[in-house]
Amino acid sequence: MSASSPQIAADPDRPERLRLGGAWLVDQAVELDAAVARQRGPINAIDASGITRLDAAGAMLLLRLAQRLEINPERLELAEQHHALVEAVARAQTSDEGEPDLGEPSWRRLLAHVGRAVADSWGNLVQLLAFLGQTLATAVRVLPNPRLWRPTATVHHMEQTGLDALPLVALLSFLIGAVVAFLGATVLKDFGAELFVVDLVAYAFLREMGVLLTAILLAGRTASAFTAQIGTMKSREEIDAMRTLGLDPVALLVIPRLTALLIMLPLLAVFAMLAGLLGGMLVAVMTLGIPVELYISRVYESIELRHYLVGLIKAPLFALVIALVGCMEGFKVGGTAQSVGERTTSAVVQSITLVIVINALAAVFFMEIGW
Amino acid sequence: MSDCPIVIRELKNQFGSQVVHEQLDLDVRRGEILGVVGGSGTGKSVLMRAILGLRLPQGGRIEVLGQRVDRPSADLETLRRRSGVLFQDGALFSSLTVVENVEVPLKTQYPKMSARLRHDLALLKIRLAGLSAEAAPKLPSELSGGMRKRAGLARALALDPELLFLDEPTAGLDPIGAAAFDELLLTLKQSLGLTVFLITHDLDTLYAICDRVAVLGEKRILTIGSIGEVADFDHDWVQEYFHGPRARAAQAARRPRS
Repeated sequence: MSASSPQIAADPDRPERLRLGGAWLVDQAVELDAAVARQRGPINAIDASGITRLDAAGAMLLLRLAQRLEINPERLELAEQHHALVEAVARAQTSDEGEPDLGEPSWRRLLAHVGRAVADSWGNLVQLLAFLGQTLATAVRVLPNPRLWRPTATVHHMEQTGLDALPLVALLSFLIGAVVAFLGATVLKDFGAELFVVDLVAYAFLREMGVLLTAILLAGRTASAFTAQIGTMKSREEIDAMRTLGLDPVALLVIPRLTALLIMLPLLAVFAMLAGLLGGMLVAVMTLGIPVELYISRVYESIELRHYLVGLIKAPLFALVIALVGCMEGFKVGGTAQSVGERTTSAVVQSITLVIVINALAAVFFMEIGW
Repeated sequence: MSDCPIVIRELKNQFGSQVVHEQLDLDVRRGEILGVVGGSGTGKSVLMRAILGLRLPQGGRIEVLGQRVDRPSADLETLRRRSGVLFQDGALFSSLTVVENVEVPLKTQYPKMSARLRHDLALLKIRLAGLSAEAAPKLPSELSGGMRKRAGLARALALDPELLFLDEPTAGLDPIGAAAFDELLLTLKQSLGLTVFLITHDLDTLYAICDRVAVLGEKRILTIGSIGEVADFDHDWVQEYFHGPRARAAQAARRPRS
């Protein structure tokens, strides 16, 4: 539909009177806005009855024109069918004056943001400790009471977090094992000490990489899943429903997930160690010409049981952190779908950070005690 | 221009083997508020999505503002430009403030408009929708359900549309908020000359503001007419709906005022 363009012109008979015509629609708003800004007095009357079509945007600009020329909006001459609209727009414009202020300067907002982030991380840590306490208290109550155990849920989570993650954990560990061997080969070749590649891969995977890789993968895969599962239940008020029915959400939701992860993470870590050693072996055999038998016997010679234990002892700790952070963030979800997303991100970030920090502290500790 | 901005003939909608609409005819007249009611699963929202060109029907013809919208190649530009939609919970973009939400359609349709004029127009629409300017810089998550609906309405009105689609605008509002929203719709319809396609379950809304009511059921429009005519229609569901205990309460509530 082509609307006739708007007109603003002085009345030929009375120069102090403006005659408006054409369509005053949002389509013409840009043109009208400029035209209105060009108008200046002396004008003492506006005849708007020639306007053929008017919408809210046009009415706003019409009122702005009146204001600019200091004409009382009530004295506008309007076509009959436009009265209601202009009145509604005038009412809306005068309903409250004063623009909302845009807030504080940006440097203050930046400072406030930093402050809030610091306070938040501290609060998170305190919350995590509180949640750990609550979970332990619940566990103490549940453990001696087999009636409260949830074997079905526990096995279900063992499958989801453990068995289903096995291919991914094995593949990634295998590849990183190969990469570590490559790196070692590059450096050690210059010293004619290729055989020590075996030591490098074995030490790395038994002490650190096997369990750390598994924990990081599960922090991404499982912590987020826990948060999303519990968060969705929280946002649908299922958690509140449980409480009103006299059920304990921590016993029902957290304990099975925690138990499952405590069992599965160490098992996965063992597989990761094996896969890493295999990856290293592939590289050693293919590029360094070390026979398989030599590789295996070298592993036997250089590795003691304590190296294996240093790695594995951290696994339950990581499992605890991942399960707790994942579940706790789930409980923190608010009413909206957006908050499920935010909490999930937060769970992954927190659990990966904690896993790496704990691993570093453990490395220092074991070095100090001479293991 | 015809007097019916929406014309539907022999519409057929189908999901897999499940037929939702068949041989559905409907005219929406210019300047009316048409209330669409129907039990759950009768395809009220599907009908609205088909009219909006958000889903392609399996058969039939839909004309909106004189243009076919039922074909993949349909030109939806006119429809987008001259209609506004209020989804159930407002469907505001959560990362944008209220005023930025209202500016989105203006920005898309009028890229040449100055930022100041766009901002002024958006503020006008926010006030017309019954919100104060203080709500403008807020994020949708900071608003109550009723305010979110009003903000959604402001966005739907941003382009000064001729056609307004509302999906259960009063669902989830308390009775006072719902009544205020009805009142607002009536004022806006009268002052802006809107044609309104309104899906609702709210009997109070039907009695208070609808010029005509269409009842969806058995895959078609069972009956359409003024609320009095529709309420007398001889069909089990219609009778139960308009003469059940809640309907009597709604009617009784209207009587002193009319």
